[in-house]
Amino acid sequence: MGPSGSGKSTLMQMLGFLDHPTSGKYLFEGEDAGKFSEEKLSYIRNQKIGFVFQTFNLLPRTTVFENVELPLLYDRGETSQKKVQEKVENALKSVSMEHRVNYLSSQLSGGEKQRVAIARALVNNPDIIFADEPTGNLDSKSGTQILKILQQLNRQGHTIILVTHETFTAQHAERIIYIRDGQIVADDIVKDRKVAADEEILK
Amino acid sequence: MKLINPIKISYKNLTAAKFRSFLTMLGIIIGVGSVILIMAIGQSAQELILDQVKGIGTNLIGVIPGASSSEKSPPAAAMGISITTFTYDDLEALINPRNVPEVEDGTGYVVGSETVSYNGLDKALSFTGTTASYINVETAEVENGRFFTKEEETNLSKVAVVGSKMAADFFGNDNPVGKTIKIKDQNFNVIGVFKERGSSAFGLAGQDNSVFVPVKTGQKILLGINYLAYARLKVKSPDLIPSAIANTKTTLRERHKIKDPSKDDFSVRDQASALETITNITNILRYFLLAIGTISLIVGGVGIMNVMLIAVNQRVREVGLRKAVGARNSEIISQFLIESATISSLGGIVGIILGILLALLASVIIQALNYHWPFIISIPSISVAFGVSAFIGIIFGIYPARKASRISPMEALRYE
Repeated sequence: MGPSGSGKSTLMQMLGFLDHPTSGKYLFEGEDAGKFSEEKLSYIRNQKIGFVFQTFNLLPRTTVFENVELPLLYDRGETSQKKVQEKVENALKSVSMEHRVNYLSSQLSGGEKQRVAIARALVNNPDIIFADEPTGNLDSKSGTQILKILQQLNRQGHTIILVTHETFTAQHAERIIYIRDGQIVADDIVKDRKVAADEEILK
Repeated sequence: MKLINPIKISYKNLTAAKFRSFLTMLGIIIGVGSVILIMAIGQSAQELILDQVKGIGTNLIGVIPGASSSEKSPPAAAMGISITTFTYDDLEALINPRNVPEVEDGTGYVVGSETVSYNGLDKALSFTGTTASYINVETAEVENGRFFTKEEETNLSKVAVVGSKMAADFFGNDNPVGKTIKIKDQNFNVIGVFKERGSSAFGLAGQDNSVFVPVKTGQKILLGINYLAYARLKVKSPDLIPSAIANTKTTLRERHKIKDPSKDDFSVRDQASALETITNITNILRYFLLAIGTISLIVGGVGIMNVMLIAVNQRVREVGLRKAVGARNSEIISQFLIESATISSLGGIVGIILGILLALLASVIIQALNYHWPFIISIPSISVAFGVSAFIGIIFGIYPARKASRISPMEALRYE
């Protein structure tokens, strides 16, 4: 975490292969990411990582199903429509959005949109999920639900890298890296980690 | 890369923005439609013009007495020299299928100028002595009354068929049929009036202001000669013209006992060269119109590029997102290319249908105006128009597609 302009989003985008570092080295799974081909980069973006954005970035005029299906369209392995259907449904279930499968993205509330975005990040079962201020555009109740889902995913074995400038949100993580003016200024383990309120997610 | 997915994505994008897709298509629809329409109308007009030319005698050959040094130079008869060797019997022989089987019919002419008078009005008019076959050979029409018969042609009947202008000048609103006019102080009974021919008919412009009498009457009573000025033969089909000319020459040489073709006392001509000239002119016209149609197609293509560029700009975030979830550059390119190719191909199909319908409408309207206007759609023009429209979609889609694929995902997601 860090204040605006500290470089936390830039760091996340480099980690998520959306941007190239101008100097320095990034090792991903022990390999130098600077040497990855365009082909390999798109494969990693598709299979190994998922993104959740502050502004959701759902496709307009498309349904929830189609939004979650999106990474599968660029998946080199998956072909059968049945498998696609299954994956999308599982992803939606883990964010409790299966009841909205045929809604258009514009018909959803902010919290629901973000849950669909998480489902989309999740659909290919990636190792890492990058979340850039995922609660930034949400009211606190919806924000809590999002944090709860992310914590759940973390328990299931996904690494979550979350960017925020809110101390409250950051305290839901196990480890906080503080950034200021592009420099890491602190790297702490969270002592009394907050657990997102264990209330039932609103449908 | 699986091809089905880019198609699926493109389809979703096109249907999600139906109105925009339609507007983009409109440029191509208009372009392809106008190419089809122009080609169809051009071809129909060509047919119509050739038809009219044929109507006044592309399948006619002329027999003119007197030798000419070359086929192109004017015959002696045209220089005011009278050649007396070509006779009515020669004409009869040429019409005989045993001599010239290609000839369907033929007519001979004598021409002169005489004072024609009726009811105190005197006027010097040209007159033509011809045979009963004139109506068939020159496709002339008698509007009022009748033309003279084969019998009248030979029995020195003093009957006359007059042109429409002559009739109007001499008789005003009266019915000329049944009236008696004087030609060279001889009484002639008017038996018919020609339908107005107009000035468009090559070589026959004089018919409207002329008097027609049977050929023998013209020879014996009016001119005092026993030869023909020239003859015109109607050949069964234009491709038989060369052999008809050859047979005509052989027949006349036999009858005139000419052994050396260079000593011919006649010449035979056809109108194939005239037809060729007209075909060339109408072809140039068609290519010119086609060029205009092609320009509108290109304008339509630029329209596609324009809209696709706007689409790329509108969808920067979408492209960034697609890349962030693993789309490769080639997949982004093919998505946009398929979109533009689909728009232009669909536009091409609609344009072809529209063009055909408009050409049909045009032919219905023109036919209603009493023209013999054939409805022709050429298959090549359809396939060319469709191919060009699909090609334009790809060509003008490449630049926007490459532009889209080069968008950096991070920049794109930051883009507002």
